Amino acid sequence: MAAPSIQVSETPLVLYTLRRADDALILGHRLSEWCGHAPMLEEDMALANIALDLLGQARELYGYAAKVEGKGNDEDKLAYLRDVRQYRNLLLAEQPNGDFARTIVRQFVYSAFADLYWRAMMASTDETLSAIAAKSEKESAYHLRHCSEWVVRLGDGTAESHRRAQTAIDDLWAFTGEMFSVDDSERGLIDAGIAVDPTSLRARWLKTITEVVSEATLVLPQNDWMQQGGRIGNHSEHLGHLLSELQSMQRTFPGATW
Amino acid sequence: MLAEREADLRRRAWDAAASVVDPEIPVLTVADLGVLREVTLRDDGSVEVAITPTYSGCPAMSTIAFDIAVALERAGFADATVRTVLSPAWTTDWMSEEGRRKLREYGIAPPSPASSRRALFGIQQVQCPQCGSAETELLSEFGSTSCKALWRCRSCREPFDYFKCH
Repeated sequence: MAAPSIQVSETPLVLYTLRRADDALILGHRLSEWCGHAPMLEEDMALANIALDLLGQARELYGYAAKVEGKGNDEDKLAYLRDVRQYRNLLLAEQPNGDFARTIVRQFVYSAFADLYWRAMMASTDETLSAIAAKSEKESAYHLRHCSEWVVRLGDGTAESHRRAQTAIDDLWAFTGEMFSVDDSERGLIDAGIAVDPTSLRARWLKTITEVVSEATLVLPQNDWMQQGGRIGNHSEHLGHLLSELQSMQRTFPGATW
Repeated sequence: MLAEREADLRRRAWDAAASVVDPEIPVLTVADLGVLREVTLRDDGSVEVAITPTYSGCPAMSTIAFDIAVALERAGFADATVRTVLSPAWTTDWMSEEGRRKLREYGIAPPSPASSRRALFGIQQVQCPQCGSAETELLSEFGSTSCKALWRCRSCREPFDYFKCH
């Protein structure tokens, strides 16, 4: 008998925390798919390490979301027993790995945001979110540096690596806008100093990625149209497939431990 | 008398908890690492230990929590609870001098003393823990565990782990 999905009472703070937890879990899971398949050993370890950092951030955020919700859910239930439409992550995070260039570009645009975001969140009036931010900020800084070096190496590498990196930027660009979206439920948290307004980070984010992309002899698309929906559970087809793998054990053998 | 006895009990509990070593780097105790924050004696005589996680995803943390409970049990403190505190966030600055020395002797270059962003991203000068040479280079930002990077010494040609600033 498959384990049924749980219900979550998504008050603004629970929803806000869940969204960030889902970003970290889903992106971390994507990176973990590279384990044993990366182009070289050092990179295999790097991607697995970044995945581990993201998984750790997800665990702390899920634990906090469950505590704030106070309905008996926990980090495992939130990760393993929600359906695809209950997931709140950015569409960017769930995009398939594709080739190595696509994985690096996806991580690069996210880390460039996460680095600024977590640093700003250290000033959150919420003590737990601020503590999680203090840890995540340093980790994100390492991720950003690592990905930036790769973007330059791929873009300013061979004709083939350049082409692949440029294609990745063009294809993923429409998913970057969602990182800066704010809805009514988040507006209240921003006003209370619990959350930061991501739109205030966009100029610096753009500056960071423009510098790296230019050095890599790549170009950012001029297209401003942005895809959204992940934050309210409208996902691309890819997330369901990802979750079926991520959740299969707990769905098939409810409560299994080892 | 009672206060003295309590202080003695608390010291014994601290020593027991502080004897636990990092499962990945067994020369370092949780006290050397700065992971062990507080040991308190509750009114009913049971012990509560507060630890702070190092890296968000460090898999050693659950083993450390378990090992602390076992160490306390062996020292005669049953029903000890180990609590994880997130704030203030752990930094490599909390690693003791003793811990840094032990790391170096174990063959791992200790973290630079300041965990500021400048230390994270400025020019890194890492000394080879084998021969002491400053002629070293970064091989990979991410090493065998989340807390380490892989370096190589240009003098003795040996690769080595560097405990990253955090």
